[in-house]
Amino acid sequence: MTMTKKLLTSAVASALMVGAAQAEITDNTVKIGYLADMSGTYRDLAGPNGLAALEMAIKDFGGKVNGAKIEVVSADDRNSPDAASSTVRRWVENDNVDMVAGLVASSVSIAVSKILEENDKLGIVSGSAASSITNEHCTPNHIHYVYDTYPLANGTASAVVKEGGQSWYLLTADYAFGHALEGDVTRVVEENGGEVIGKVRHPFPTQDFSSFILQAQASGADVVGLANAGADTTNAINTASEFGVTQSGQTLAALLLFLTDVHALGAETAQGIQLTTGWYWDMNDETREWSDRFMEETGVRPTMVHAGIYSSTLQYLNAVAATGSDNAQAVREQMMDTPINDMFAKNGRIREDGRMVHDMYLAEVKTPAESSSDWDLYKILRTIPADQAYRPLSESKCDLVNN
Amino acid sequence: MSMIFGVPLAVLSGQLLIGVINGAFYALLSLGLAVIFGLLKIINFAHGAMYMLGALVTVVLFDALGINYWVALFLVPIIVGAFGMLIEYFLLRRIAGQDHIYSLLLTFGVALIIQGVLTNIYGVSGLRYTMPDIFKGGVNLGFMFLPYYRAWVIVAALLVCFGTWFIIEKTKLGSYLRAGTEDSQLMQGFGINVPLLISLTYGFGVMLAAFAGVLAAPIYSVTPVMGSSILIVVFAVVVIGGMGSIGGAIITGILMGVVEGLTKTFYPPASSAVIFLVMVVVLMFRPTGLFGKEA
Repeated sequence: MTMTKKLLTSAVASALMVGAAQAEITDNTVKIGYLADMSGTYRDLAGPNGLAALEMAIKDFGGKVNGAKIEVVSADDRNSPDAASSTVRRWVENDNVDMVAGLVASSVSIAVSKILEENDKLGIVSGSAASSITNEHCTPNHIHYVYDTYPLANGTASAVVKEGGQSWYLLTADYAFGHALEGDVTRVVEENGGEVIGKVRHPFPTQDFSSFILQAQASGADVVGLANAGADTTNAINTASEFGVTQSGQTLAALLLFLTDVHALGAETAQGIQLTTGWYWDMNDETREWSDRFMEETGVRPTMVHAGIYSSTLQYLNAVAATGSDNAQAVREQMMDTPINDMFAKNGRIREDGRMVHDMYLAEVKTPAESSSDWDLYKILRTIPADQAYRPLSESKCDLVNN
Repeated sequence: MSMIFGVPLAVLSGQLLIGVINGAFYALLSLGLAVIFGLLKIINFAHGAMYMLGALVTVVLFDALGINYWVALFLVPIIVGAFGMLIEYFLLRRIAGQDHIYSLLLTFGVALIIQGVLTNIYGVSGLRYTMPDIFKGGVNLGFMFLPYYRAWVIVAALLVCFGTWFIIEKTKLGSYLRAGTEDSQLMQGFGINVPLLISLTYGFGVMLAAFAGVLAAPIYSVTPVMGSSILIVVFAVVVIGGMGSIGGAIITGILMGVVEGLTKTFYPPASSAVIFLVMVVVLMFRPTGLFGKEA
């Protein structure tokens, strides 16, 4: 019995060693493609500064992995799944790109992950929000790193309901991300005893929200929930304040706000808004130290997406170094086996559905009196532990999860 | 409460008013386009960029020099209009008399360059602009809360629209303009400086866009990309009204604002498409537009 066991073990071990010996970095180059909205609505939250974060990671790693050189290509996806698909197809089929980073609009990430699966390359999604990316749209070829709509709803929506916001009216961006967020918020509101009494799906992007704000006011709901992002959210908040939404007793809940959005609104307009974030630059010495370096490069403070791009790129390169391979499956497995402990996350881990789970934070925008500088914008109200923040695997619809 | 198609009458009245307000913006922008096309036969794809410049310059002037809203309302259109005249003098003049497609491509290229350069400088998250104190707050009309500023937008936009229509259609200066573009050689023979007239006309069309931009600054996120999405809508408005028809552009602008507002109430997902649907239908039955003259 022990004999057979030993034999088996050594057989497995030697098979693994053969595998490891065969593993190699193809054409002696690790090529990373950075794909993001570089010029449109979502530019500032990732965009060119995300590329800067990626390059910081490569530089900090030493510029080479196991002697192989690291190359970066980048492209603007223009928030179009079609444009993104043709770029990524060219990258993986002709240009030997091993990993695609960035990935912002959820519709883009879903389209790109299908192409990566066909070609067995890896994608690390840092900017997208839709929780469906690691649920019904999961593939063995991508990882979703920074946050998703599930913790956004868990953090902000449950906090607002508990403070007495029982009835909700939702303004939803009419595409994959908005739909995912709307679904997650509705679930959380109902679980906490509240009710969604109305919603409107607005085109993406929308400049004038007055018509939708008027409908939200007429609904008489306690809470006007904004299930949108970027300029749509800032425009909606501005219009809401112009039409006196909060003065008339309704609460405004922005479900996805990035630091760059709050910075654009300013503490005066945005004060008191609660939001859920995966990271904030001013949390501890480690985050501040990295943010200072980032600010030297770019002139702005990093969003959680910028920090996530840096962290995930380092994780990726470490995994390539450890396995000595740029094979997508080998690297992904190695990344899943390695807990994430850096300036971005503590005890983060990547699950089999590709979701990176880590602590999330419920924050509130400071008042102008509390804010000591342009970027001093959040106070962290509480930590949402990783195991409570994200969709549990037991509820997963992902094929990679054995339920 | 009385209902119309499941929508309370009060909500509907509010939406109609909002539609008129947005329509006032469309009217102002399409008017500038119609002036430029009607008099110069230039398809000005830089119009959205000029609208954006109006808003952006307003914010930048306030931040850098503390120039307030009222001064900006006059100063910014002049600055941006002068910039437009430079574009006309150095670029558009060189392709005068060529096919429309040349002016379309040239102005489109100029717009992309302006937008790209400013995006690199200012980002896209939006610049902050505080509303003048006098406009803070609003009045409760019973069926809706009307912010004072939106009421001001209607008044200002309609005054400027009417003034423009009056100058072009009813004054001597307007008749020079129309004649100068109809038969420039004859006008030159009368001793009128036609090239200057053309520069001024283009500059004036741009001023209208910039004026709309100043009006937009306190209520919309001011970003370098704010003009690109509105441009296509405004072009559709001009096509529906009839290319080059001054009065048509104004009336159609307001009409389309209302149509869009109602769509936002009854079937929001179609609200970004409804104007183009109207355009298709109008072109099928009246190829010259609602107010266009038969070619």
